[in-house]
Formats: sequence, structure tokens, C-alpha cells
Amino acid sequence: MQTTTTSEQHVHDNAHAHASGHHHTETFVSKYIFSLDHKTIGKQFLTMGMIWAIIGGFMSVVFRIQLGWPDETFPILERIFSSWFTDGKLNPESYYALITMHGTIMVFFVLTASLSGTFANILIPLQIGARDMASPLMNALSFWLFFFAGVIMFASLFLPTGAASAGWTIYPPLSALPQTSPGSGNGMTFWLIAMVLFVASTLLGGLNYVSTILNMRTKGMTMYRMPLTVWALFFTAIIGILSFPVLVSCVVLLIFDRGLGTSFYLSNIVIGGKLLPYSGGSPILFQHLFWFLGHPEVYIIILPAMGIVSEVLAVHSRKPIFGYKAMIFSILGITVLSFIVWAHHMFLSGMNPFLGSIFTLFTLLIAIPSAVKVFNWLTTLWRGNIRINPPSMFAIGFVSMFISGGLTGIWLGNSTVDIQLHDTYFVVAHFHIVMGIAAFFGMFAGVYHWFPRMYGRMMNETMAYIHFAITFIGAYLIFWPMHFIGLAGVPRRYYSFNEIEAFAQYGDLNKLISIATIVVFLGQLLFLVNFVYSIYRGKKSTQNPWQANTLEWTSPIEGIHGNWDGELPTVHRWPYDYSRNPNSDVDFIPQTVPLTEEEKKDKIHH
Amino acid sequence: MSIILGLLTLVLLYIVVVQISKASDLIKSLRSDDEQEESFSNGALFVAVIGFGVLVYSIVSCFIYGPTILPKPASEQGVWIDNLLKITIVLTGIVFVITQTLLFWFAYKYQYKKDRKAYFFADHNKLEIAWTIIPAAVLTLLIVFGIQKWFKIFSPTPKEAIRIEVVGKQYAWSVRYAGADKKLGKRDFSLVNPDNELGINWNDASSHDDFMADEIVLPVGKPVSFDIGALDVIHNFWLPHFRLMMSAVPGVPTHLWFRPTVTTEEMKKETNNPNFEYVVACNKLCGSGHYNMKKVVKVVSQEEYEKWFRSQKSYYYSVVKQ
Repeated sequence: MQTTTTSEQHVHDNAHAHASGHHHTETFVSKYIFSLDHKTIGKQFLTMGMIWAIIGGFMSVVFRIQLGWPDETFPILERIFSSWFTDGKLNPESYYALITMHGTIMVFFVLTASLSGTFANILIPLQIGARDMASPLMNALSFWLFFFAGVIMFASLFLPTGAASAGWTIYPPLSALPQTSPGSGNGMTFWLIAMVLFVASTLLGGLNYVSTILNMRTKGMTMYRMPLTVWALFFTAIIGILSFPVLVSCVVLLIFDRGLGTSFYLSNIVIGGKLLPYSGGSPILFQHLFWFLGHPEVYIIILPAMGIVSEVLAVHSRKPIFGYKAMIFSILGITVLSFIVWAHHMFLSGMNPFLGSIFTLFTLLIAIPSAVKVFNWLTTLWRGNIRINPPSMFAIGFVSMFISGGLTGIWLGNSTVDIQLHDTYFVVAHFHIVMGIAAFFGMFAGVYHWFPRMYGRMMNETMAYIHFAITFIGAYLIFWPMHFIGLAGVPRRYYSFNEIEAFAQYGDLNKLISIATIVVFLGQLLFLVNFVYSIYRGKKSTQNPWQANTLEWTSPIEGIHGNWDGELPTVHRWPYDYSRNPNSDVDFIPQTVPLTEEEKKDKIHH
Repeated sequence: MSIILGLLTLVLLYIVVVQISKASDLIKSLRSDDEQEESFSNGALFVAVIGFGVLVYSIVSCFIYGPTILPKPASEQGVWIDNLLKITIVLTGIVFVITQTLLFWFAYKYQYKKDRKAYFFADHNKLEIAWTIIPAAVLTLLIVFGIQKWFKIFSPTPKEAIRIEVVGKQYAWSVRYAGADKKLGKRDFSLVNPDNELGINWNDASSHDDFMADEIVLPVGKPVSFDIGALDVIHNFWLPHFRLMMSAVPGVPTHLWFRPTVTTEEMKKETNNPNFEYVVACNKLCGSGHYNMKKVVKVVSQEEYEKWFRSQKSYYYSVVKQ
């Protein structure tokens, strides 16, 4: 469409020299499917993420129905999902397969690949003033590996023995021995293959993001002039590059144990009175390797959301983000600490208790940079001129969720308190609020904020308000009471609470949680409706609808290949000059505006 | 039929919402600047009402659901954990209420006004230092208390402790008590066979007086020691009322000791529940029967314990030898 004509005309500069004289003749396939344009790849990540989020969210509806109404039968559901149900009831094997897939999908496919993939792709080149990623081909490959990882993971749902069902953490021996759980047969094989492809995708993406940020910033864009979104995505990519390969080694050893008869994770296993021929391995080794990725993973999920929220809060409160450098160094602090806290998932795994003390120390230290970030966000709002609209609403919602879920991290990170709370519903409440819901709020803030940049139109605000109300209230109704269920000692991953009398008191509360889950799920469908509707019918966006300073709002709104016609913009100042000049009518100064003489004398921030 | 009707209603609902939203956004876009200010103000009110509503709910729910949580800890170790938990609740609770209040209050108070300017406030090193040091100091307290108690809980088992072995397998716990010699017979995995799943070495004389128990019976006030193991997959030996747990890992022996302080009878009175019983529940996903892997625990007086202990029969003489 428009892109073809504009890109034919656009003047190629050095960064684009290889293409000079070459006319882009794009077909539908090269433009929308095997595209090398970072903006299209970002949209592809977003689309896949939304599809996966709906699948993962729907799974939670199905297993919440079992938990909310354990004694009822649902012949209707049985007719649709005949292999998951027996006599109108979800069977336990399928329940465990569903929670496993729900966790895997949400953690890896939605909140890792799609959150980073969407915003790194769309924002990094546009906000640092680059034509595209350092390697557009690697970037496209990253998406397609993610796509095929997803195809394999999805296919595993239809295996006769069911999908993987050992929990998203797939602890062996349960995940290694098909005789202990049907899902550990082919379902687990599919899971492992999908995850290896997934890690390859993450690495290709991550290396690309880092090299783009380090090498392709436009003139004047020093590191300290980058928006916090880019900083956050930068550290996210570094964490991913350093930790995801460990997951591959962890998974490969498990594949060996499953297929080649090695004993990395297995020892002295007796099934049906027979000793299996494994010796010398340790299931705890698996947990160390898994959590060496697994814990940094939660920061891979939350850092991009933090970056988005920092940017969105500054723009919409018409104030600079408070403590720009403190924000960067707190991300750096979180990044470094994220690698030395993993064993707090293993306080009671049987590892030497001495290690528990060390990991308590590091784990609670990570609360300090997190606290700094929260206080800085609050100070950013203080004495602002806050425009409440869909992006800022969700950003505020993020801060609320991050506080609620972050504080309970202080309970769980203390090994002594964790003895009582480990693997109970308290943990379910904690991590869903802090890395699930909070990350989703960051993602929603980002989508509402950059939708005009992506599609040239605004999203419908009224639907966004309804979406916010349902999601925010619903999330608290679902997860807040789970703290109490956990404090009552109820373990997570229970198919039914009724078998053990001490845990059976929460019938009504479970119904309430399940109803809230269904409503919140329907609310997310409304977001999808709004998204699709606004792509075609939304109000046309102006060039800079939020009056923001960052470079992406100077790039032509129709989204041309190469991002800017003619020369790349030159950057003269940091991105947070909001309300800098109290005498001016305009309360923002874009990064492309040269410094005035007066400002040059001012030593800080430009 | 009812599915189709349900789906139709739902689709209709979405269509209605979309139409209303369309109209309402259209009206908004026709507004003048002054009215736009009003729309931001409505937004601020909306967020503040929802935010404070949720804050009130989160506090009120503590009073609704608070009484349903675990009763007082039934072990000495549990009391230490509970005390630290209480300190943590108070400290994080204060921070929770203050920060959430500020968040939604600021969102409301500093709402957009056409002729107001935001305050350009980009840095303040003293503030940053303050809110680095204050959390650090509070956390240091929690770390010190925590690690101190952690080492106490995992201190060496007292010599006089009653020795019990629990072994998890899909989906049951086996419980073996050391007999009168207070020593558990050794296990050897090369001896495992369907009649001797645990691989107990019957040549080890200390195994002869060991007995298998259906329930875990413990005397009040005495230290009890658990050697924990698993045969097939990882399980977790979770004693909610005693506030203690430890994973049961195939190939990696684990250990736990504690001192129960409240008898089952006392706890029945405490909880006003005549059917109250202590339980062990599995707390690590171990397969499709994970949710139903329990064992009853009884805490009784010393006399009752001794009586029960004497009534148990040696596994070796009553089963193996037969």
C-alpha cells in the first residue's frame, strides 16, 4: 500500500546504503508474513502473544471451573473437550496438564517472548533512531522459531497421552519417567523440544536487541539520553542471553535421562517394588539449573513492564521520571542480583540449609532496588499534571500490583517464613500478582500507549475504561484471597481441596474466585474486540497524540520502511523534558529540539 | 441449544458495549478544551474510586478471611516462624497501606488542569539515599531474625529424639519407627524387591525391632526426628499445623526435627472442632493423585505414647519372618 510508494522515494543514508538504488517491491507475503521490518515483526509477536494469552487464559477458566465446583458435572464441556473430561468432570491428569500448559504458555510464550518481542521490536529502533534492527534477518528468525516452538507446544495438547503435566517447572523424576505420569511421555518430549526452539528464538532476539542498542543509536543519542524503556529492554536482553542457555543445558540433560538412560537427575528410584537402573544423579541438580534461569526469568518478564511504566507515567503526568539515573542503576542492581537469588525457590528442596541463609540475604537485598523504583514512580506522580487515560491508568495499576505482589516477596524470600509458605496458595497469589498481573498491566499500558504508533489510530477509551475496571478489580478478587488460603496451609497444584479436611473450608471462596476468573477472561476478550475494532475504525491518530518527547513520535505515522524519510533525526537532549520551562505554554520539549543557551548552562539532564 | 443461546447473549453483550463505547468516544471528541479537562477529572475519580475500593477490600478481607487461617502453631519451631511472620506482616502491611494510599491519592489530587504546570522535579539525591537506606535497615532486621531462627530450626537433632522414617511414594507415606533400641535399621537399595520396597537390610540387627505405623503418633514436648525419603518422584512432607516442611527426594536423604507442643485433644478445644486432626499433606506435585496424599498425625501425652508404642509389633518378626 502506502509503504511501497514512500519507500521507493525515500532517501537512503549510510545505515541503509546496501539498499540504495534498489526498489522495494513487496508482496503480501514479504510484507506481512516473512517481513524483515522490525515494526511488522513486533506486531507479529503481539498477535501471537494475544492468541497465546487467550489460550492460556481459557485453560485457567477450565481448571478454575473444577476448583470452584468440584462436585458438579459439566456435560457441555465434556462434549467440547471430550478427552479432558470423564463423566462430566475434568480428570486429574488433564487438570495437571492444563495447569502445566497454563504456566508454560503464560510465563514463556506470553510474558517473555511476546512482551519483550513486541516492545523491543517496535520501540528499540524507533526510540534510538535506527532504521531497523542490527540484523533484521535474525530478528525475523527469532519470531519464526518462537512460532514453531508454539506450534509444537500446541500440538502436544492433542497427544493421546496428553500434554506435559509435571508443572511448568517440570521437576524430574516426575518429568523424566513416563510411568509416573502419562504427561511425561510424548507430551514432555514435545515440551522439551518446543523449549529448546524457544530459547534459540530468545537468544537471537536478545543478541539483536543488545547489538542494536549499543551500535545503532542515532547522532546525539548517548546512553544517558535513552528512554527508560530502552534501558529496561537492554538489561532484559542481557539477562536472557546469560540465563536462557542454562535452561538449554538443563533441558538437554533431562532429554538424555529420558532417552539415553543417563542418570544426571535420577538415583535410587523404586517403582512397583523394582529398582530402576539409575544411580548417582540428583533431582536437586535439575532445580539448581532450572532456577538459574527460572529466577532471572521473572525479571525478564517484569523489567520491560517497568520500563514501559516509567515512560508512560512520565509522559502522562507531564513530569520527568523522578531519578532517571537511580532508575537505571536500580535496573542494573536487579539484573546483577537476579543471578544470585535462584535457590530461594529451593529452601526446602533438601539442599544444604546453610545455603538457605546466603540466599535469604541476597533475596531480601533485591527488595531495595525494587523499593527505590516504587518510590520513584510515586514521586513522579507527585505534583504532576496527570492525564488519566488508558495508558496511564494501566501504569498506575501496574504500580499497585507491583507493590502488593512485591511486598509478599519479602515474606517468601525469608527462608524461615518460607518454611510455612513454600508451595502453598500464598505463592500462587504472590507470583500471579507480581509477575503475572503486573506484567500484563505493563503490557496493556504499552499497547494503549503505542497503539497509535503501531496502527495510526487511537484505541477506544470507553472500552479501555471497562477493561481496566474489570481487570483491576477482578485481579484483586481472584488473587488477594489466595493469600489467606495459603496461610491456611493449602498447597498449590491441588486438584481438589475436599480430600483433606483441614483444607476443605474454602468451597464458597473458591466459587467466588472462579466466577471472577470467568469475568476477567471475558473482560480480556473486550480488550481484543477493542484492539481489532480500533485497527480499522479507531479515531485517526495525530503525529504525536500524547505530546511525548521520544523519537518514535517523529517518525511518519504510516510506518515507512526505514522509519524516517531522509536523514535520521539528531538528538539534543534527554527524553524527559516535560514541564521544564514553567513560562512556556507547551509542556514538552522533544528530544530533537536543540538546547537553548540557558539550558546549556544548566548542568543536569540534557 | 443452551450453549448457542449463551454464546449469542454474550456476542450481543459485546456488540452493545462496542456501540455504547463508540458513541461515548465520539461525544468526547466533540468536546471543547474545557470539557476535556473534565474528562480527565472523571478519569481521575474513576481510578481513585477503584483504587481505594480495592484498598478497602484488601484490608476488610483480612478480617473476613483472617480467622480461617491456621490455628496457633503446634510446635516450638512453629512459634518462632509464626513470630517472624507476624513481624513481617506488620512491617509490610504498613508499607502496603502507605504506598497504595499515596499512589491513588496522587493520581486523584494531581489530576490534569489546563492552566496548571507540573513541577519539574527530576532528581533529589538525598531522597534517593533515604529510600535506599531505610528499606535496607528494615530488611537487615528481617534478615538477621530470619537467619538466626533458620539455623535454630536446622540445628543438629537432639540425641534423645524419637527417630522416625517417612518415605513417600505415589500416593502414600510409609512410616517406620525405630524400636526400643532407638535406631532405625539401615536401608540398602540393592535389596529392593516387591516384598521389601524400602530395601531394609534385615541383617542389620537394629532393623529387627523397627515397626511400621499407620499413623504418626508423637509425644508432646519431646523432640522428634524425621528421616525423609522418597521412592519414585519428589514429594514434600508438609505439616501445616506445626509450620514445618521438607522435600522427600529420591536419592537424596533429607531430615527434619521439631518439638510438638500442643496435643491433638488440646487443639480440638482450641479450634472448637471435635474432628480436628493434624495431618501430613504432600506439597510437591507428584502426579495425578498429589491432592490426596495424606497421613494423620496424633500428638498425645507421654503415657499415651508409651502405651501406643508398646502395642506396636515389630515388622521383622510379625511380617518378614512369617
